[in-house]
Amino acid sequence: MNWGVFISTFLAASIEVIEMVAIVVAVGVTRSWRAARVGAAGGLLVLVVTVAALGAALEGLSLETLRLVVGALLLAFGSQWYRKGILIVSRDGWATGVGDEDVDDDVPEGFDWTGAFLSFKGVALEGLEVAVIVVAFGAAADAIGSAIVGAAASLVVIGALGAATYRYVAAIPRRALQLFVGAMLITFGTFWAGEGLRVDWPGGDFALVWLGALYVAAAVGLMRIVSGWRRDVAVREQGDAASAAGAA
Amino acid sequence: MVAWRWTKAVVLFLVDYIFGDDWTVAALIALGLLAAWRLEEAGAAAWWLLPPVVLAANVQSLRRAVRNGG
Repeated sequence: MNWGVFISTFLAASIEVIEMVAIVVAVGVTRSWRAARVGAAGGLLVLVVTVAALGAALEGLSLETLRLVVGALLLAFGSQWYRKGILIVSRDGWATGVGDEDVDDDVPEGFDWTGAFLSFKGVALEGLEVAVIVVAFGAAADAIGSAIVGAAASLVVIGALGAATYRYVAAIPRRALQLFVGAMLITFGTFWAGEGLRVDWPGGDFALVWLGALYVAAAVGLMRIVSGWRRDVAVREQGDAASAAGAA
Repeated sequence: MVAWRWTKAVVLFLVDYIFGDDWTVAALIALGLLAAWRLEEAGAAAWWLLPPVVLAANVQSLRRAVRNGG
């Protein structure tokens, strides 16, 4: 075992695995665990086939187009949840949806393809990035076995953490959760789409933290602004109603 | 016939997934990505552009939703 390669791969892969697990847990808690599992399994299957087909050629693989497409899709879908979360929490308060099973009205009775698609994208893209890390670190030091074990250990540790903590996430009121997951999805979407465009994010992967903080802070500010807009609309409607009554 | 039904279902799913209840958000985000790409191609930093574009796209949509009774 090359411990230097093991630790380097473990740490580098952990960043990608955290992103992967965060998306799968978010889909499972907010939409459907079945869809999250099916999407993750599909992503893993595509990943295994891709890795088997490309092998060592993965090192030269450009992920930019894939990052751009996945990032743009996450931005489009995440924005819908972000806005719904802001509209509903600003109207009904943070505690709304306590005890509800579903977060969104559009989660179907049958199989949730949207949730599965989200989970699939997260696992396939992040898994591919882990595979590239394994090949790059392992080939550079001629220790591919240590790199594979490092990445596998990362998947086991972060996956176990996700499995141990999802109940805490599930305890968050549903509509607040919709807002936070929406913020998380547009955070990943912004980051990945930017990476796909070769944007040089300040702080590198740490940009995920400040982007997430920015979108959550903006959501809190927007809730106050939306409440103000609602008051304005109500006052205007009352004024219109009074005018109409006066004219009659 | 089955292939047509599947294709139609996939297209409808993707349209709903991307555009949802407000196509202007996806359109503005696409424009923002295009502008960021042009900036990067010109050798300028583009990281500062994407977050404000994403927020602006969502704010204009929220404003319209409140006007429409949302």
